[in-house]
Amino acid sequence: MLPNITKRLALVAGAVAGLSAVTASAQMLINGAGATFPYPIYSKWFNEYAKVDPSVRFNYQSIGSGGGQAQILAETVDFGASDGPMSDDKLAKAPRAVWHFPTVAGADVMTYNLPGISTIRLDGETIAGIFLGKIAKWNDPAITGQNPDIKLTDSDIVVVHRSDGSGTTYIFTDYLSKVSPEWKEKVGKGTSVSWPTGLGDKGNEGVSGQVKQVPGSIGYVELAYAKQNQLKYADVKNAAGSYITPSIESVTEALASATIPEDFRFSMVNSPGEKAYPISGATWLLVYAEQKDHAKGEKLVQFLKWAYSDGEKMAAGLDYAPLPDKVVQRALARVQSIKY
Amino acid sequence: MGEVNCPHMRLMSTPPSISVLPRPGSQLPSTAFKWAAALAAATIVVLIVLVGWELYVGSRQSISMFGVPFLWSSKWDPVAEKYGAFPFIFGTFISSLLALAIAVPLGVATALFLTELAPLKLRQPIIIAIEMLAAVPSVIFGMWGIFVLIPWLRDHLFVWLKHSLGFLPLFQGPVYGVSMLAAGIIIAIMILPIITSISREILRSVPDLQREAAYALGATRWEVLRIAVLSYARRGLFGASILGLGRALGETMAVTMVIGNRPQISASLFAPGYTLASVIANEFTEATTDLYRSSLFELGLVLLAVTILVNIAAQVMLKSLAGSGSSKVA
Repeated sequence: MLPNITKRLALVAGAVAGLSAVTASAQMLINGAGATFPYPIYSKWFNEYAKVDPSVRFNYQSIGSGGGQAQILAETVDFGASDGPMSDDKLAKAPRAVWHFPTVAGADVMTYNLPGISTIRLDGETIAGIFLGKIAKWNDPAITGQNPDIKLTDSDIVVVHRSDGSGTTYIFTDYLSKVSPEWKEKVGKGTSVSWPTGLGDKGNEGVSGQVKQVPGSIGYVELAYAKQNQLKYADVKNAAGSYITPSIESVTEALASATIPEDFRFSMVNSPGEKAYPISGATWLLVYAEQKDHAKGEKLVQFLKWAYSDGEKMAAGLDYAPLPDKVVQRALARVQSIKY
Repeated sequence: MGEVNCPHMRLMSTPPSISVLPRPGSQLPSTAFKWAAALAAATIVVLIVLVGWELYVGSRQSISMFGVPFLWSSKWDPVAEKYGAFPFIFGTFISSLLALAIAVPLGVATALFLTELAPLKLRQPIIIAIEMLAAVPSVIFGMWGIFVLIPWLRDHLFVWLKHSLGFLPLFQGPVYGVSMLAAGIIIAIMILPIITSISREILRSVPDLQREAAYALGATRWEVLRIAVLSYARRGLFGASILGLGRALGETMAVTMVIGNRPQISASLFAPGYTLASVIANEFTEATTDLYRSSLFELGLVLLAVTILVNIAAQVMLKSLAGSGSSKVA
C-alpha cells in the first residue's frame, strides 16, 4: 500500500515539475510592485504587451509606493514603481544605481460641495489657508475676492483629506509647500502628513463620498477619478497667473514646462507654463541601471521602449496625461543605456 | 485575538470523565490523537509568540528612537518623523468601550429574550438573523456607515443629543457625522452577534433546577431572571463581553471609514478620532521611511499588548467574581 502511494506521489510531482518546466521555458515572468495610482494604465500596458511579445509576462502588484521602493531596494522585484521620486537617502541604500523613468502624469483636483454653485476659482494661498484651518468660512474675503460673481454664504468650510498614505497626498502637499511658506514650515510634504485640520477618509472614493455628503466641504481627489465620477472641481490659479481647469491637456502642459533634471527626479507642481495646471505630478518606474539577469534585462528594456512609443498613446484614454515628446525622447535615450 | 483566550469555555460544565477499558492494539490512535491535539494547541501559543517577536523586531528602530514616551506622546507627524501612539490608544479604547456600552445590554437582553421569553417559533428566525449579521463583511458595514448611518446620525440623533445633553462636554462641538460615537455604534453592531450568541449559550447552560427552585419560592418571572438566571450566569456574561471587547479593539475597516481618522484627543464624542488598527491599515502601504514603518510596527505591538492585557485583566476580574460566591457556574 505505502510504496504504491509514494510511487503515485512521485508520478504526480514529476508531472507538475514537467508542466512548470514547460511554462517556464515558454514564458518569462517579470515581477514589479509599487504605486496604486498608475495601476490601471500599467495593467493595460502589460495586457497589450503580451500580444506584442508573448514570450514574456509582466506581473504587477499595486502595493503602494512605499512598498515599491522597499522591494526594488531589496531586489525582490525586477522593477519598482512610485508616485514620488526616491530620496537621496534611499538611493544611497541601493546595491547598485536605481534609475527613475517617468511614465505618465496625473493631477489632484479640488472637489467641493456648495449647493447651487457650479464653478469656483481658488489660488494656492487660499487653498493652503483653508487646509491650515485659517480660512474657515466660505465668504472669507480671500475666496470672495477671486469669485466676485458667486454668492457665497458664511457656512463653515469642512476640510476633507486622505487618511491613507498616497501619491495623491504627496502631490497635493508638494504643491502647498511650494506656494505657501507657512505650509512648508508647519506641515511639509509627504504621502501622509500631520494635518492641521479636517477629516480623513480612505481613498479617492472616501474623500469624494465625504464631500458629497457634507455641504460646505472641500477635498482633493485624483483628476482621473473626478472625471470618471463627474465631480465638480475648482479652477486653480497657476504660476503664470491664470485660472486653469484641470484636464489632460493642462497636465501635459505642466509637464512640458517643468524643469526636469538628468536623473528624472522632478516635481512638476506649480510649473510655469501659461496653460499648466499647477497641482499635478508624475509617476515613475524604478529600474536598476545594471540588470543582473541578462535575459530579463533585455526584455525589460524592450518593454520600456514599447511603453514610451506605443504605450504613451493609451494614456489619455484612461485619463492619464501622456509625457510630452521631448521628455519621451530623453527617457528613451536613458532606456538605451541600461546595461544587461 | 479574543478567541485565543476564551474565558467562557472554562465555564461550561465538564462532562465526567468516562473510563474506557484499554483494548489491546488500540493504544496507537489514541496516543497519536493526543499528540496531534497537543500540537494544535501548541501552534496557537507559538503563533502568538512569533507574531509578538516579529512585531518587536519590526519596531526596534522606533523603540530605540522614542523609548517609552512613545506611549504617551501625542504627535504623529510623518514629515518631521515624530511619532507617538497616545491618540491612537485613546481612540481604540474609547471607541471599543462605547461599543461595549451599547452592545452588551442589547446582546444580553436579546439572549435573555431568546432563551427565556421568546415563543419557540420566533427563536430560530431571530438566531438566523443574528448569525447573518455576523457574516456581513466589515467593509460593507463601513459603506453602510458612510451612506446610511452617518447622514442619519448627523441630521437626527446627534442633533437631538446636542440639543438635550449639550451641557455635557461629551456632546459639544461641531457635528460632522464621522466621529468617535459613529465608530462606537458601528463596532457595537459588529460585535453584537458574538456577544449575543455566547450569552445565549451561557444562559442556556443555567440548569432548569435553578429556575424551578426560584419559582417554587414564589418568585415572579422578573425575579427568576434576576436571581436565578442572571446572577448565576454573571461570570459567563462578563466573559462574553470581554470576547466582544477583544473583537472591538481590532476592528479596522469599518472603523476607518466612519471615525474621521484624526489623531486628536477630544472630550466630545462628536469629534473625529483614530484607532491603532486604522492608522496601520491607512499608512502602512505608503510608509516610505524605515522609522515610519518601524513606528507603525510599534503601534501593532501596542495593539497586541493591549489585547493581551485586556484578556489578563478579564481573567483576574473573573477570578474575583468567582470569589464572591453565589455566581459559580461550573
